[in-house]
Amino acid sequence: MIGFLKLLARNRLALAGGIVLFLVVVLALVTPLLPLAEPNVTNTSARFLRPFSDGALMGTDHLGRDLLSRLLWGTRLSLAVGFAAAVVAATLGAAIGIIAGFYGGRTDNLIMRGVDMLMAFPYILLALAIVAALGPGLFNALIAVAAVNVPFFARNIRGITVGIAHKEFVDAARLAGLSNTKIILTEILPNVVPVIVIAMSTTIGWMILETAGLSFLGLGSQPPQADLGSMLGEARSALITNPHTSVVPGLMILIIVMAINLLGDGVRDALDPRLKSGALSRPMASTMVRRQGPVPEPEGKGLLEVQELQTQFHVRDRNYRAVGGVSLHVKPGECLGIIGESGSGKSVTVLSVMGLVASPPGVITGGAVRYDGADLIGAPYRKLREMRGRNVAYIFQDPQATLHPLYRVGDQLKEAIRAHHGIGRDEGRARAIELLKAVRIPNPEQRLTDFPHEMSGGMRQRVGIAMALANDPDIIIADEPTTALDVTVQAQILSLLDDLRRSRGLAIVFITHDFGVVGQLCDRVAVMYAGRIVEEGPTQAVLEAPTHPYTARLMACVPELGGGKRRLEAIPGLPPVVDNLPMGCAFADRCDRVQADCRKGEIVLERQGARAVRCLHPVTPLTEAAE
Amino acid sequence: MGRYVLRRLISAVPVLLGITVIVFAIMALIPGDPATAILGSYATPENVEKLNRDLGLDKPLVAQYFIWLGNMVQGDFGTSFSLNRPVIDEVLERFNATLVLAGTAFVICSVLGIAAGVVSAANQYGWADKAITFVVLLGISIPSFFLGMMMILYFAVSLRWFPVSGMWPIYGTRDIWALLDHLVLPASALAVVATGVIARLSRSAMLEVLRQDFIRTARAKGVHERGVIWRHALRAAMVSIIPVLGIQAGFVLSGAVYIEIVFQWPGVGRMLVDAILTRDILLVQGGVVFVAACYVMFNIVVDVAQSLLDPRIKT
Ligand code: SF4
Repeated sequence: MIGFLKLLARNRLALAGGIVLFLVVVLALVTPLLPLAEPNVTNTSARFLRPFSDGALMGTDHLGRDLLSRLLWGTRLSLAVGFAAAVVAATLGAAIGIIAGFYGGRTDNLIMRGVDMLMAFPYILLALAIVAALGPGLFNALIAVAAVNVPFFARNIRGITVGIAHKEFVDAARLAGLSNTKIILTEILPNVVPVIVIAMSTTIGWMILETAGLSFLGLGSQPPQADLGSMLGEARSALITNPHTSVVPGLMILIIVMAINLLGDGVRDALDPRLKSGALSRPMASTMVRRQGPVPEPEGKGLLEVQELQTQFHVRDRNYRAVGGVSLHVKPGECLGIIGESGSGKSVTVLSVMGLVASPPGVITGGAVRYDGADLIGAPYRKLREMRGRNVAYIFQDPQATLHPLYRVGDQLKEAIRAHHGIGRDEGRARAIELLKAVRIPNPEQRLTDFPHEMSGGMRQRVGIAMALANDPDIIIADEPTTALDVTVQAQILSLLDDLRRSRGLAIVFITHDFGVVGQLCDRVAVMYAGRIVEEGPTQAVLEAPTHPYTARLMACVPELGGGKRRLEAIPGLPPVVDNLPMGCAFADRCDRVQADCRKGEIVLERQGARAVRCLHPVTPLTEAAE
Repeated sequence: MGRYVLRRLISAVPVLLGITVIVFAIMALIPGDPATAILGSYATPENVEKLNRDLGLDKPLVAQYFIWLGNMVQGDFGTSFSLNRPVIDEVLERFNATLVLAGTAFVICSVLGIAAGVVSAANQYGWADKAITFVVLLGISIPSFFLGMMMILYFAVSLRWFPVSGMWPIYGTRDIWALLDHLVLPASALAVVATGVIARLSRSAMLEVLRQDFIRTARAKGVHERGVIWRHALRAAMVSIIPVLGIQAGFVLSGAVYIEIVFQWPGVGRMLVDAILTRDILLVQGGVVFVAACYVMFNIVVDVAQSLLDPRIKT
């Protein structure tokens, strides 16, 4: 609760709304005690006095009544009626919702049908019908406004009640022989009340507006008594000659409703866990770069060179170091595998290459990514965009989620081409068919008009690959492209990628958590753990003689091709949280070869020929392994 | 598709019946003798009795309902005593005017609201987002009738850009330009609240979509950010925006009541308010049922639009 209030107070607008609302309410409460003129006493000799005239701070209306006094009394009335309507609607709605949700079945069905019918009405129309039947008057307007809002509450509360009615504690209460009424009162109601209160706070602004509206139409409060709405309604005829009589009550309604809305938004935001975690942020067009430290010199090792890359996630005041200084390279025609558990930073590493790490919260804080020698980090968005898909293309994990669900695959393919080349319609179609053929999709002409959800997982991934090929890139980065597929399809996709690499001279960076896949496809492999590379070397050599204990463990888990997540999770323990890395080796807590010195300090990535390892007590000594 | 439309039309029948039941039930709440209520307390007993018989009010409620329903199905909504003409004629004429007003407002709020929401989301936490968020908040907090009055004061009285009220000029030709001239202020005033609501929901729908994987795919393809936002994200966000448009159409349609009063627009809302004040119950009944039925039909259109937009919906 305290935390909630703190959060609320941090939201300055909400705070302002709260303060204004508080002042208005206090003012309304003390109105009878203030030395005001009588609100309903007419004085025809002092009609339409301007604001700030003697004895009438806000002027007078068409009957010479003091506007300030009428305003405060009207505010009092409007607030009271709006609040009362909200309470009535909430109580009735909650009762109906709880009954429907608790009893379920036929009762529920019948009640909800009725609620749906009521919701089929254009809102105010229903209120008008009710007022028409009951006759104009403030009390009847209150009933009408409350009544049209009942369905809203009923529906909300029913949903919550259904969730609660099947919880264990309710079953337990039933078994204990409690009556239904008792269960509702002691078990359900306490859990529903907070929801009711929140729903009420978000609708009370509406209620005030609506009752004011009915009064404005002359269907609510009847003269001489006035709420804000009827003040406005009466002032309308003098709008042009004496606008102040309209502006005064109108502004008051605006102030009240705005304050309530500000406060309501603040409450909603404070309660939304997604806002806290920053999960509602919009990822920018390219990853933010805030590079500290010097940019590494180019080494000319390959077409793509990642040097000492550091990528972090900044969430509120914590920094998660997802990638902590990773160096990689890949040459044309070569396939590099990156292997590691989820959370090891392998995806973030390769997404950083083209600035595709979601940002916020992602920030690239150091290192360089060189394509053909030129550094891409900090390159202007325009340059990155031109290279995306044309020089470096991506294939993502789950094609169900990574293809646009509402566009035909043909159009998505054509768009990929069009992003870089202006082509005509027929040419685009021909190219798209060609691409689908290249990834061995049968009947490509017909498939063009399919939507992704009409295809099988394997076919969708082929489309994903075709899209990556669309602009003849030099490098393809495949981020676990086969994980979501079953074993046979997986094998087909792998052999397809392998063929494409050989026939087109593609460089492939292949991310996986499955050593079987690495063995089939990759020339070299890098093993990542907790945001760093812990072992690197030619695939064959690493498979034969792993040096890092983590690599050895990964391999022990994979007897054959066709992984699945199960195998990696067979390693006991979890990778460390990357915002709080332990001193020394990050793997120490899970390692069976750990010794005291492992936890002492930084362990470097030692190189020996083509092999490298970050371990003080490797399974096979590096010198031996390198041979 | 045709079968889907048909199915939706059939499923609307119980809703329409429900609406008539509700309206009938509400009207049955009228205290005292309805004929007296209609004719006023000065009516002669003979007149009251005759009206009771004419309206079938001497029969049991259920029978009354079915007679009323049967007549309505045949297009007979009864006769308005205050206007002395068939209810249906009056309602149709007035509804036309409302449709022009609410339809224009609906187009305005849909286009502006979605655009504002998209721009807001695309510049989240930037100055454009903050400005839009503030204006939106103002928009959903201001009573439309007050806003309409202020618009009259400023744009019609001070600046003299637009006429103060009415649908047509008192003298002069009744062409489309005259109508547009009269339409600008009321339609804008009516659109404001809905624009705000739609902008808000579009913003959050866009933010939701922008975090999804297929957006990253579009970016990885090298699609320009403009295309990512307007083509990819908005297209997907529309799936959750369209239902909101349907709901807001209802608000615009009923919110027209206030605007019609403020701008003296000869629409169905003003007719209803007048009818309530003169206790012309048949006119109220007919008007409410008619507008509600139109709204139900409109919602079918929305559903069909939704199914056209989202191929994943089974039709
Ligand atoms: S450094 Fe020590 S703890 Fe780390 S992997 Fe090697 S042996 Fe294990």
